[in-house]
Amino acid sequence: MTAPLVVFFVLAALAVIGAVSLILQKHPIHSALSLIVVMIALAGLYLLLGAEFVAAVQIIVYGGAIMVLFVFVIMLLNAGIEEHTSISKMAGVPGLLLVVALAGFVAATIARSTESIQATSQTGEMASTLGISNMIFKDFVYPFELTSFLILVAVLGATVLAQREKS
Amino acid sequence: MVPTNYYVILSAVLFGLGVFAFIFKRNIITIFMSIELMLNAVNLAFVAFSQALGKLDGQVFVLFVIVVAAAEAAVGLGIIILIARNRQTLNVERVNLLKL
Amino acid sequence: MPTHPMLEYLWIIPLLPLLGSAVNGLFGAKWPNKIVNGVAIGSTGLSFLCALEAVREFFESGQVLFRKEFFTWIAAGNFRAGFDLQMDQLTVVMVLVVTGVGWLIHIYATGYMAHEGGYYRFFSYLNLFMFFMLILVLAANYVLLFVGWEGVGLASYLLIGFYFLKKSASDAGKKAFIVNRIGDFGFMLGMFLLFRAFHTLDFQAIFTSSTLQGWPVELSGHLGTLTFACLLIFMGACGKSAQLPLYVWLPDAMEGPTPVSALIHAATMVTAGVYVVARSHILFTHAPTAMLVVAIVGCATAFFAATIGLVQTDIKKVLAYSTVSQLGYMFLACGVGAFSAGIFHLMTHAFFKALLFLAAGSVIHAMGGEQDMNRMGGLSKKIRWTYGTMLVATFAITGIPFFAGFFSKDAILFAAFQSQPAGTVLYAFGLLTALLTSFYMFRLIFLTFNGRPRFDEHHVHVHESPWSMLGPLVILAVLSTIGGWFALPAFFQGPDHFANFLAPVFVGHESAEAAGEGAAYQLEMILAGVAVSTALIGLGVAYWLYLKRPGKADGLAKSMKPVYTTLLNKYYVDELYAAVVVKPLMWISTNVLWKTADVAGIDGAVNGIASGATAIGDGVRHTQSGNTRSYAVWVVVGALVVIAVVFFWPFGGKSVLGMVR
Repeated sequence: MTAPLVVFFVLAALAVIGAVSLILQKHPIHSALSLIVVMIALAGLYLLLGAEFVAAVQIIVYGGAIMVLFVFVIMLLNAGIEEHTSISKMAGVPGLLLVVALAGFVAATIARSTESIQATSQTGEMASTLGISNMIFKDFVYPFELTSFLILVAVLGATVLAQREKS
Repeated sequence: MVPTNYYVILSAVLFGLGVFAFIFKRNIITIFMSIELMLNAVNLAFVAFSQALGKLDGQVFVLFVIVVAAAEAAVGLGIIILIARNRQTLNVERVNLLKL
Repeated sequence: MPTHPMLEYLWIIPLLPLLGSAVNGLFGAKWPNKIVNGVAIGSTGLSFLCALEAVREFFESGQVLFRKEFFTWIAAGNFRAGFDLQMDQLTVVMVLVVTGVGWLIHIYATGYMAHEGGYYRFFSYLNLFMFFMLILVLAANYVLLFVGWEGVGLASYLLIGFYFLKKSASDAGKKAFIVNRIGDFGFMLGMFLLFRAFHTLDFQAIFTSSTLQGWPVELSGHLGTLTFACLLIFMGACGKSAQLPLYVWLPDAMEGPTPVSALIHAATMVTAGVYVVARSHILFTHAPTAMLVVAIVGCATAFFAATIGLVQTDIKKVLAYSTVSQLGYMFLACGVGAFSAGIFHLMTHAFFKALLFLAAGSVIHAMGGEQDMNRMGGLSKKIRWTYGTMLVATFAITGIPFFAGFFSKDAILFAAFQSQPAGTVLYAFGLLTALLTSFYMFRLIFLTFNGRPRFDEHHVHVHESPWSMLGPLVILAVLSTIGGWFALPAFFQGPDHFANFLAPVFVGHESAEAAGEGAAYQLEMILAGVAVSTALIGLGVAYWLYLKRPGKADGLAKSMKPVYTTLLNKYYVDELYAAVVVKPLMWISTNVLWKTADVAGIDGAVNGIASGATAIGDGVRHTQSGNTRSYAVWVVVGALVVIAVVFFWPFGGKSVLGMVR
């Protein structure tokens, strides 16, 4: 049992526990905090995979911006404990089966593949951040500019939506 | 080295949990969070394959996914605020004006 | 101008009555009777003149057969059926009989139907019948003949049910058409078999085909394709010409007006069956089994119908059964190979039977509509012309020497006597039938015209018919007398003109030609003498029973009550058919076809599709519940399906799943 493997299992367990906790918690704020745990665990996994820049972005953007936004909205809307209403007929046992089917199918397919894809190289052949920036500003510059446009649209949309009506 | 399969299986498990939460939770915000969970799971798969193949395309794509997720979260939460204002509830089953 | 204009335009002969029918049918409703008469009689008369001209040209050209193709009607693959008309000696006889006798009956009908409603409709149908009958006799292939065949059946139905407001008349029309149809079914099967054997349905092509020449004569008892085809065609002839077992429609057909009975059910339509058998004589002579069947059926029918005719009281019914009986004679002749004798009898029968029917119509007209012979009597002095012509016809039908029927019937009996294998039996029954024929015909005369009047003379004013009716009677009487004289020289060991006339048609296939030499001639004379004596015996018995001792017939009927009742009720054949055929068919139609197949099956299927669509809609409706969470579930379901398809479906070779291995 090598050290990376141990770290992997720890982080994986953390992520899964966080996800399960998201499901089981009653108050949305607790779900939000569980989700933050998942994100941190995932960031750790990215580091293990040698993607430093992605790990940093994950923490800064996801953890620092998106989840903060979620927490703020929960606070704003005074979200309370989830009430228990009768479960809809469609989402019941069939739903459970579907989930199991979906996840199990993907997992089983991957697990069955005999040619397990091994890591071909260690990280650092091309310094991660340098390489990513090269790719973004050379090969993927067009999508990059489009995403900036996308963010602009989102900002405008959010502003419009959140306006209070002029009574 | 951790075999790539492990990462992908983990990604699948997280994705399934996200779908489960999407189906079974009643609070709109929680459902939204489960969508974020699903996106994260996919990101994990991307990065794992990127490392396995030795190319950086996967990580670039992850960056784009994160950007899109952020934009989507902003707009989506705006919509949720409006729904909460209009329907006075955060229970998705109360948001059923389409029901006959 | 072509050398033989009439022959080139042979289609004018059937076309003229068709035009007359169309004009009368479309416009006749508003016209006075005179104009309708003019159109009907004019078109038929012109057709007769054209037929005469065509015959003259045919003789002038000296050909054995004239055939012209006018246009192609059906061309499917290698099969071709065209509107082809032909003229040979057999056609000459048929076409002259049809147009000539038809024309006379048209003239008669103008007088007979003068006070009937639907006058124009009657003549329209009558002309339509003429058209189809002419197509039938002029056709040069089986397909066109069948067109005429069906058409005369249609015209017969229309005319029998002419008084359609009377239930018995419309029922009779239906019966005629349906029974005919059964025969037509056999005819069609026969045509199919012929097509399969010869790959064509053209007369000349079949009759001269090399297949036929090389075809061995099918031995008696050996049932080959040709035998079956001939038997099936004969089945069609049985339907059309009212032989056993498909004769039941003819007595009922007397519901139609008397001119119809005369034209269709005496002179022309019912002879179509005999014509077809005679036309197909080459096929029949190659299938001796079929010929034997034809002879036996003909003979049996002749005898059977004659027995029924003995006790009938309706004057037209007696004549109807007499027609069936005489048709049996014609088929007997064809069955033993004496085709020209059969056609000869067809011609003479057309004359005297049409005369008998028309005269009977005259009697009915004189009696103001009465048809029951038991309520007639003593008319001989009051309607002299009718009496005279009817007497001539009776002499002709019973075979009194030198009248028309004598020569033809004699030829048939002679040929039957000499035939193998059952010649003597056939001859015996034929002779017996002649005896019965004579008896019932003279019974008819004596009951109707002689004795004391058995009706109230104050209520019924017996008057002679107008000359529009008497004229044709006289002409037909003359023809009944001299019509047989074609064969007269044969009697004195000279040539038989009629047989010689038809010889080119029936070349080489006539057995027992009445050539008249030596022993054959002596035999013929003896048989003729026997026939005449039986006719006289019949006359004598009828005279004794009905004139000398008027009550004797009733006494005889009472003493033989079971026999009498059976005969009076026509051997209960109609009741038998109703129970065995009609009732089960009606049951099947109601319970199987209607209730099961139509209501449960077809309606069920159509309604089932509708309710199925509704049910599916009911089920699918649940996806649009307005419930957001169920929408989420459907999204997941869709995603799962897409993944499954992508993984498992072999897009161009291996599936993704296969590649993972």
